[in-house]
Amino acid sequence: MPGKIKKYSEMLRSKSISSVELTTAYLDEIERSNGKYNAFVSVDGDRALEYAKKADELIARGEGGALTGIPYGVKANICEKGVVTDCCSKILTGYRPTYDAAVIEKLNAALAVPLGKNNMDEFAMGSSTETSAHGAALNPVNTAYVPGGSSGGGAAAVRAGLATFALGSDTGGSIRQPAAFTGTVGLKPTYGAVSRYGLIAYGSSLDQIGPIAASVSDAAAVYDAISGWDKRDMTSSPLSRSASDKLTGNVKNLRIGYLKEYFEGIDPEVKQTVESAFGFYEKEGAVLKEVSLPALKEALPAYYIIACAEASSNLGRYDGIRYGYRATDYDSIDEMIKKTRSLGFGKEVKRRIMLGTYVLSAGYFDAYYKKALRVRESVAAAMNELFGAVDVLIAPVSPTTAFPLNYTSANIIETYMADFCTVPVNIAGVPAVSIPAGESSAGLPVGMQLIGAKFTEDVILNAAYAFENSFPVKTDMGVTI
Amino acid sequence: MSEYLFVAGLETHVELQTKSKIFCSCSASFGAEPNTHCCPVCTGEPGSLPVLNREVLAYAIKAGLATNCTISRLTRMDRKNYVYPDLPKAYQISQFEAPICVGGYIELDSGKRIRINHIHMEEDAGKLVHEGGYTYVDYNRGGVPLIEIVSEPDIASVEEAAEYVEKLRLIMRHIGVSDCKMQEGSMRCDVNISVHRAGEPLGTRAEIKNMNSPSFMEKALRYEYKRQCEALDNGEKIVQETRRYNEGSQTTESMRNKEDAQDYRYFPEPDILTVYVSDEFIKAVADSMPKLPDELRREFLSYGISEVEAKRLVEYKRIADFYAYAASLTDAKIAANIILGDIFRSMQTEEEKERFELKFTPDDFVALVKLRAENKINAGIQKRVLQEMLLKGGSPSKYLSAEDTASVSGEDVEKLCREAVAANERAVRDYLSGKEQALKAILGYVMKATRGKANAAEVEQKIKELICR
Repeated sequence: MPGKIKKYSEMLRSKSISSVELTTAYLDEIERSNGKYNAFVSVDGDRALEYAKKADELIARGEGGALTGIPYGVKANICEKGVVTDCCSKILTGYRPTYDAAVIEKLNAALAVPLGKNNMDEFAMGSSTETSAHGAALNPVNTAYVPGGSSGGGAAAVRAGLATFALGSDTGGSIRQPAAFTGTVGLKPTYGAVSRYGLIAYGSSLDQIGPIAASVSDAAAVYDAISGWDKRDMTSSPLSRSASDKLTGNVKNLRIGYLKEYFEGIDPEVKQTVESAFGFYEKEGAVLKEVSLPALKEALPAYYIIACAEASSNLGRYDGIRYGYRATDYDSIDEMIKKTRSLGFGKEVKRRIMLGTYVLSAGYFDAYYKKALRVRESVAAAMNELFGAVDVLIAPVSPTTAFPLNYTSANIIETYMADFCTVPVNIAGVPAVSIPAGESSAGLPVGMQLIGAKFTEDVILNAAYAFENSFPVKTDMGVTI
Repeated sequence: MSEYLFVAGLETHVELQTKSKIFCSCSASFGAEPNTHCCPVCTGEPGSLPVLNREVLAYAIKAGLATNCTISRLTRMDRKNYVYPDLPKAYQISQFEAPICVGGYIELDSGKRIRINHIHMEEDAGKLVHEGGYTYVDYNRGGVPLIEIVSEPDIASVEEAAEYVEKLRLIMRHIGVSDCKMQEGSMRCDVNISVHRAGEPLGTRAEIKNMNSPSFMEKALRYEYKRQCEALDNGEKIVQETRRYNEGSQTTESMRNKEDAQDYRYFPEPDILTVYVSDEFIKAVADSMPKLPDELRREFLSYGISEVEAKRLVEYKRIADFYAYAASLTDAKIAANIILGDIFRSMQTEEEKERFELKFTPDDFVALVKLRAENKINAGIQKRVLQEMLLKGGSPSKYLSAEDTASVSGEDVEKLCREAVAANERAVRDYLSGKEQALKAILGYVMKATRGKANAAEVEQKIKELICR
């Protein structure tokens, strides 16, 4: 499938449409239906049209790249200079960064067109986009369900046709799970492939920015545009490879792994749908292998310990002194900070800060944090070893389809557990792409993820591309040009 | 009281004089308008990330090599979490488990070694400014690189503590990593001190902070030693606590006790990768190391100057270098005399001595010392010429007339001596009758006639020969 980005780009170049017209179509669609989904929490139409105009000028000069003139959404935890970037938290009310994130610099330089900020779980903590200070986002497939999270606003925007693509972030599944719940494509790149400079941190050793898009080739185009080494992020790497030019759809002799622990304890419908994909790949000439990773499920507790520990430290800076929300009525600075944090953070964020503070405390550090680091090392080592035997692992993204609204807050532990499919990828620092595998009997999308060795985004995206050619992503809503 | 032994260990913070800050490219220099040396990294803006400055690593290694430490091949930054308005991230990036330098020592003049447990790198915090009922934060200092040099509790007296700090200060200044000004805060010492009786286990320690000069440190330690001894004599228990020195009352007072001690929740800084320090990097740093002050002092002593002179000459790096250069080319004693005499007198403040800015070159100075050493000019002329050089610069030849340097021939001296003896019959008689002083009058005659240019010792010898013949 050519994907929306390539189609639009060709239309822009052949002058059958201008970026201003395209952007206007998206702005109109947001105006019309964002109220239904709450996918965007802010939209700046003037700025979008300004970018679109410049993009048209660039294209008129015969310049520009794959994303020039293409309208997109930005998760509310990615900094844009002068644009409110509040992580959908009360504590960052009105916070306007003084600088652009590295990925935004790249997209601005390419004159892609930023539409606005996408809804998310507060500080990316959650898997339903219901912990947002701006209210929940809803799943465009069925608004009785959540779009997943934490990048649920971006996934909803792409599925509803309110944006061509969206930038999300994935710490424990926050790109892939919303993509799975909404029937879109979400790529969590290798840790270090995309600069984190300007991504407001949740779990620094796990966070990665990546695209949510309406097709595999779209995700590849965005990945190519945002990846690469950045001197401002010491954890970024020069090893990333371009992916768009590797999308042949040829999976002959590709070694595909069936990791049996991934298929234990998941919804039978999800299991069956994902398993059916193996038949497709076998037919296409891939080689199937059954593999095992007994430590897989240990990744989940290790993830929650590490992510919360880092979060408890990362979120310490929100004290009401320099930016964002500040409580009123206080007699001392200590009281001001206490009140600001008590009133500014939501329940889920507080829960994770407390959990993280606890595991780092004297006397508990070795039992929890240190142990979690050891588990992380062993899972990462086992995963690396697996990728000696196979090229791609195919696994479910979530043990169920989308949760109904208000389900998560009443089932906290269960929804934490639901992350077991996604977190091993973050723990191991490897890339994974989530694509639609089919639908449940209730008509909800079922996602599957293709996981690869570090810096093999080109391999997993090509494998995903092959599948997508036979089972296209649905793009039947919103802007259809 | 004297029966108690003094035990102290020091934690010394030294601000590094790198061009840029430890985690960003902002200037690390002191004294700019508030919040002008700032970027998203300095102010801990959400989403900003630290990048370790290689120069800081090099400076820390330099400090480690100069204090006989082992340099760690794998070093890592950690987060130290605590809340304070001058700390914009609510954590300080420091080192906890894998510091850059471990296991060194500093040797005191007595030969005793004060062991260094480790040296670690960290960022400084911002500064709070209290004004008109409000408190302002200046983040210029936030992210300025520091090293913390942590000694073992090997220090057994106030004098040893003072000598250790002075040695450390001198070393850091000589290797150029810091100006180590306690008053300005570029060197800060916290002292852990306890007392105990010989043969008994170590006592409970108190940590003393806020000593802004070496003399305050000495006073604080003397006071604290006395306080602890008296407390024990009165049957009281020493509590583990942090105490601050009060300059006004010259006492130490309790700041917080052990129960209030914070849990810093140290953990590895995920934004900075573990640093592998290569042999080549360490070698490059070692190769750039100048001679250390103790080495220079020994070298200067070998020139035959006094212990006091050598000590004063190494006090300021630029002076030590200037002297080392001059002494290698000409008379080391005369050179030391001139530097420590008239040149020092021309510099009123510490800053002037530290900058040691002269209007003439080291070679001009060497030329002057040579003229004097070879007796081409006398002490008076040398003094006068030096003053001209200090004022207007240039080489000594600019200020010397033909007359100044006209040499007095042996024959002239001989002739003048005969004249002097003939003209001073009474002095000759006095001398022969045992009045040594009388010779001065005859000598004065010759010196006056030669305008001081004759060699006084030679003249005296000649006169004696003439009289006694």
